[in-house]
Amino acid sequence: MARLLTFRRGGVHPPEKKSLSRGEPISRCPDPETLIIPFAHHLGAPAKPLVSPGDEVKPGDKIGESAGFISAHVHTPMGGKVKEIRSVYLPAGFASPAAVIEADPGSSWSGTDMGEDACASMDPKEMISRVQEAGIVGMGGAAFPAHVKFMIPKGKQAEYLIINGVECEPYLNADNRLMIERTDDVLSGAMYIQKMIGAREVIIGIESNKPESLQAMTQAVSSRRLPLTVRSLKVRYPQGDEKQLIEALLKREVPSGGLPIDIGAVVSNVGTALAVYEALRMGKPLMERVLTISGEAASDPKNVLVKVGTPISHVIEHAGGFSSPPDKVVIGGPMMGFSIYDLSTPVMKGTSGILALTKHQVNQASRTPCISCGRCVQACPMGLNPTKLYKLIDHGNYDEAKQRFLLDCKECGCCSYICVAKIPLVQGMRWGKLMLRKKQS
Amino acid sequence: MLMNVFYAFLSIALLGALLGIGLAVASLKLSVKKDKRISSVEESLPGINCGACGYAGCAAYAEAIVDNAEELTLCSPGGKDTAEALARIMGQEIDFSAIKQVALVHCWGNEETRSSDFRYEGIEDCNAAFIYFSGADTCKYGCLALGSCIRICPVSAITKREDGRIHVDRNICIACEKCVEVCPTKVMQMVPHDSDWYVACNSPDKGAMVRKYCSVGCIGCRICEKKFEDGGFKVDNNLASAQYDRQYSQREGAAEACPPKSIRMIE
Ligand code: SF4
Ligand code: SF4
Ligand code: SF4
Repeated sequence: MARLLTFRRGGVHPPEKKSLSRGEPISRCPDPETLIIPFAHHLGAPAKPLVSPGDEVKPGDKIGESAGFISAHVHTPMGGKVKEIRSVYLPAGFASPAAVIEADPGSSWSGTDMGEDACASMDPKEMISRVQEAGIVGMGGAAFPAHVKFMIPKGKQAEYLIINGVECEPYLNADNRLMIERTDDVLSGAMYIQKMIGAREVIIGIESNKPESLQAMTQAVSSRRLPLTVRSLKVRYPQGDEKQLIEALLKREVPSGGLPIDIGAVVSNVGTALAVYEALRMGKPLMERVLTISGEAASDPKNVLVKVGTPISHVIEHAGGFSSPPDKVVIGGPMMGFSIYDLSTPVMKGTSGILALTKHQVNQASRTPCISCGRCVQACPMGLNPTKLYKLIDHGNYDEAKQRFLLDCKECGCCSYICVAKIPLVQGMRWGKLMLRKKQS
Repeated sequence: MLMNVFYAFLSIALLGALLGIGLAVASLKLSVKKDKRISSVEESLPGINCGACGYAGCAAYAEAIVDNAEELTLCSPGGKDTAEALARIMGQEIDFSAIKQVALVHCWGNEETRSSDFRYEGIEDCNAAFIYFSGADTCKYGCLALGSCIRICPVSAITKREDGRIHVDRNICIACEKCVEVCPTKVMQMVPHDSDWYVACNSPDKGAMVRKYCSVGCIGCRICEKKFEDGGFKVDNNLASAQYDRQYSQREGAAEACPPKSIRMIE
């Protein structure tokens, strides 16, 4: 067997824990009584609220208008009455205004498939504007507005479209299930994206621990004779990051501070491809998503289709609650996710998982001084020196940290994971970036 | 035999003298002109090379002062005396006497008075803690007491008290406002040096809410403003503040009447 592809530098291999929910087909999470829909789903400007308390809304209504270039519209998945607009804390730890909607039971968006021909007649520009209208963001985590990514800047050319089916975070199976259950729709979505960006080649990257996905995708590609390659990748974290995935598949490196398009690549998650498919074929806005609920303290790990704005507690209840009191509830994957304290925090467009972790999964060891073992340096996929950066930041030398490429850090967590002294390196990086932003303003 | 020893001595002595002269000439010819003030500045610094100023050591900071007109108040171990000494060398004024403002933490909350939402186990620094839900306390406007200000204060005017509160010594404070800039909750604010009373709360939340999370927070009841005409308090946005434009006679009365005792004498 040929050697599996992977990226060149750094990375770690944490326990995969995928089997907890791997075989669970996607089921629908029942509707909540109240939706809390944040207007910010990503860095950049939050959407401008279009509704005020007392307003009646219908399922699929646009309730937030994108404000600024890096911003996406927000829609409500259910009809009902807007109770209030208030500030809520998002899983990432910062606050955003949100619409609290008392939902009409049973109200749900519906649309009809306009068919392949309707899509075939659209030109790329129109397709992009429909993607923008649907409020689609990258569903892999950072939730970057998709239409911004698909508008190729002047002077640049998209040679490759990479569809990201890596899902390298432990526990998560949302993308895996999508590739198994919605194979054809994901592939059609990928072809639409190819048309939008004018890419010459489309490659789908999937880690080798998802044999069913690999098989389903390969089969569908050959039976539909799609001009698309499916590649199997070695299991290694953080391969699902754009830069590492490009390196693994194309053997090209995105320059420091640059974007994938600088080297002719656009990366899109499989969930995003599905959202694009649904937006173009049915005019469906992005207002629900598949996520994995799992962890040793979760009673019934499963993969669920959840409406954006559903409180986390509601999803947990649907999955049978906790089997034992969790030590932490983490939103996203265990490597990059955020631990939350308030279970009424809503599911967002970028929420890929809800993990209930017990004491044994959560790091209990206490912090000791750095022993200069260099493990973090080896593990950092960006080639940074995390311990040096941490010391600089701790001493307030933010500028020197910047010179040493602090801003290249993507907070993947490899350094914190590997650190034997249990130094909170990633928090240090976030702290340093915060202080740099503070200095600028 | 004796002669041999003598020659050996002589040749080594001559060689030594020659090389010595060579070195002397070289040091004269090749010397780089260094601003004399650099060495006197360096001598005035503590010489412990701690890096608190943001430079690699005292020498580097000294160079930056002379060559790049860097600020004179960056050395925190050296404190006020050092800053004064530097000002003398550089012929600059840091007018300590004319400083009218001092920093003051507008919060009296601590573990005993307020509730928290979760257990914070991260880096001991206010800004680092602020990244996650603006800190663990339910009140999002108070002092996190993790000392970002203590670390940045160039004259060590700020300390953490036994009861966990942060205290600024107003006789040491040089009003550089660094702590005000670094404070994530903006609870550190400048007040006139001679001010007496202040409202030790920074929360604009409604009274009912404040009551739930902190026993010493201002509830915006307006008693101080309404009942004490010459108290000099104003309530805006559910939060009282003291006016410092002149002397007021009813400060103490208002302080006694304030239900949560948010009005305090500056210590
Ligand atoms: S979190 Fe940042 S510094 Fe740490 S390994 Fe990842 S990229 Fe490197
Ligand atoms: S005053 Fe501000 S910087 Fe100082 S300890 Fe309190 S929160 Fe931190
Ligand atoms: S009396 Fe006290 S609680 Fe009431 S408004 Fe004045 S400072 Fe606030």
